[in-house]
Amino acid sequence: MIVAERKPVEKVLEMIAPYKKVLIAGCYGCVTVCLAGGEKEVGILASQIRLARNKAGNPIEVVEQTVERQCDAEYLAKFQDNVSKVEAVVSLACGIGIQYLAEKSPVPVFPGVNTLFLGANIDVGKWEERCFACGDCVLDKTGGICPIARCSKSLLNGPCGGSQYGKCEVSKDVDCGWQLIYDRLKALGQLDKLKEIIPAKNWKRDKGPRKLVREELTLERD
Amino acid sequence: MKEIKFENLKSGSNLEKVLVSGQFACTGEIGPPTYASFEEIDKHAREMKGKVDSINFTDNQTAVVRLSSWAASLRLIYEHGMEPNLQVVCRDRNRLAIQSDLLGAYAHGIRNVLCLSGDHQTFGSSPGCKGVYDVDSVQLISMLKRLRDDGCFECGAECKINPKFFIGCAENPFGDPFEFRAIRLEKKIEAGADFVQTQCILDMERFELFMEKVRELGLHKRAFICAGLMPVKSPRMARYMQTGVPGMLVSEEFCQRLEKAEDPKAEAVNITVEYIKRCRQIEGVAGVHIMAVAWESIVPTVIEKAGLLPRPTF
Ligand code: SF4
Ligand code: SF4
Repeated sequence: MIVAERKPVEKVLEMIAPYKKVLIAGCYGCVTVCLAGGEKEVGILASQIRLARNKAGNPIEVVEQTVERQCDAEYLAKFQDNVSKVEAVVSLACGIGIQYLAEKSPVPVFPGVNTLFLGANIDVGKWEERCFACGDCVLDKTGGICPIARCSKSLLNGPCGGSQYGKCEVSKDVDCGWQLIYDRLKALGQLDKLKEIIPAKNWKRDKGPRKLVREELTLERD
Repeated sequence: MKEIKFENLKSGSNLEKVLVSGQFACTGEIGPPTYASFEEIDKHAREMKGKVDSINFTDNQTAVVRLSSWAASLRLIYEHGMEPNLQVVCRDRNRLAIQSDLLGAYAHGIRNVLCLSGDHQTFGSSPGCKGVYDVDSVQLISMLKRLRDDGCFECGAECKINPKFFIGCAENPFGDPFEFRAIRLEKKIEAGADFVQTQCILDMERFELFMEKVRELGLHKRAFICAGLMPVKSPRMARYMQTGVPGMLVSEEFCQRLEKAEDPKAEAVNITVEYIKRCRQIEGVAGVHIMAVAWESIVPTVIEKAGLLPRPTF
């Protein structure tokens, strides 16, 4: 999932300082799962904003709405009514949802979260990055552990000299991705895979924002 | 000395000639300063002249902004008539910039290049910067080999006058997973490394174990392996390296010898000399690389005491 965290309320208050009526737009997708931008967080932020503005003697009207996915035009349409009645929107979706809503909105849309990474919920209250969306997955060569996301230097051919006692040189709190890969391949009896030299990667940044077009699914077919 | 006829040298560098002719190599290292002057480099170069076969210039070591390794290398060539070993890390440049720098380096007469991953940027002066790591050290080695042997860039385009470097790599026998270290070295040699300089040895037993693995894989016959050594002048520094530097192993004996010594600096020299002599006895060790970080002036003394003088000339 896409993992995000809430921006500090003060930051949000700064962004919406000039406005008297705003919409807080939530998303039931990833940000609900990582407890950053679902219906519940929309409610919390809305109350915090009302309280702060009342206290400052500058009351504000806050509308709350959450849709299935802000990265999907079909669901975005549900915001139409509310968006037309406010002066600004604070979106608690991931960066993609925020942008998508902004594209369709006549009023300014502000980010209410920081979008962090593609990761998993590894424990209660803990999320960790697992994938960089590199566009050419090498997990088959590395025992199902991503060297790009989990090695601090995204090395593709084994651990750097700083790997020790299972930890990465950047911090004793960070596992060395290559130690994990080594252990996993050893357990699988596939250590010989480590001998393969993985060539320099095409990072696929050659055509601007990356796109996916599946001809068989497009509506422009003959 | 009788003249040696060299055939099929890869780069023709002095270091290559020393190693190919079967003589025990001895190289030094200078960390460029964090200011815009050659003063210190000049001083150390003068100290090491005639005592080492080549001098490494580190590339923004510990991720701190420093005078660039290629600029320092050129100074060595033009001002001192000595041979540099240009260190290149993958942290700060993409494949385009690295190849470009190396064309210039070669045109200026640089012949040895040492390919490294580089310390993570979080250690240094700009921890929030974006580490590049477009290629890793193994891929960097492949790139240089291709440029040299096939005359083409990473992208496949032809390079009309291609740089012919003596390609070096590092390996850390003290990092983990230990069993993978020799295999990783094999990958680097497979990719094209001609010589190897190891992380500094402050735990001789572990290094001997590593060399056993190296010999099992026959790597010492495919590349020249130079043992990294570091005179450590204070017991406090030794202890710090034992616990505070990731990827470093320092034996208890090493620390205690320095702690018990009346004159730790003299003892540091003794230990280094002793280690050099031990390394000469290890099958497959082709030379030593002395990294006297912040104590460069001691290098000539160490080399002299180790009986490594005079250095070969060709
Ligand atoms: S290799 Fe890593 S970054 Fe690339 S797609 Fe696979 S998991 Fe994601
Ligand atoms: S210590 Fe491990 S995870 Fe950290 S940069 Fe080195 S290889 Fe990557």
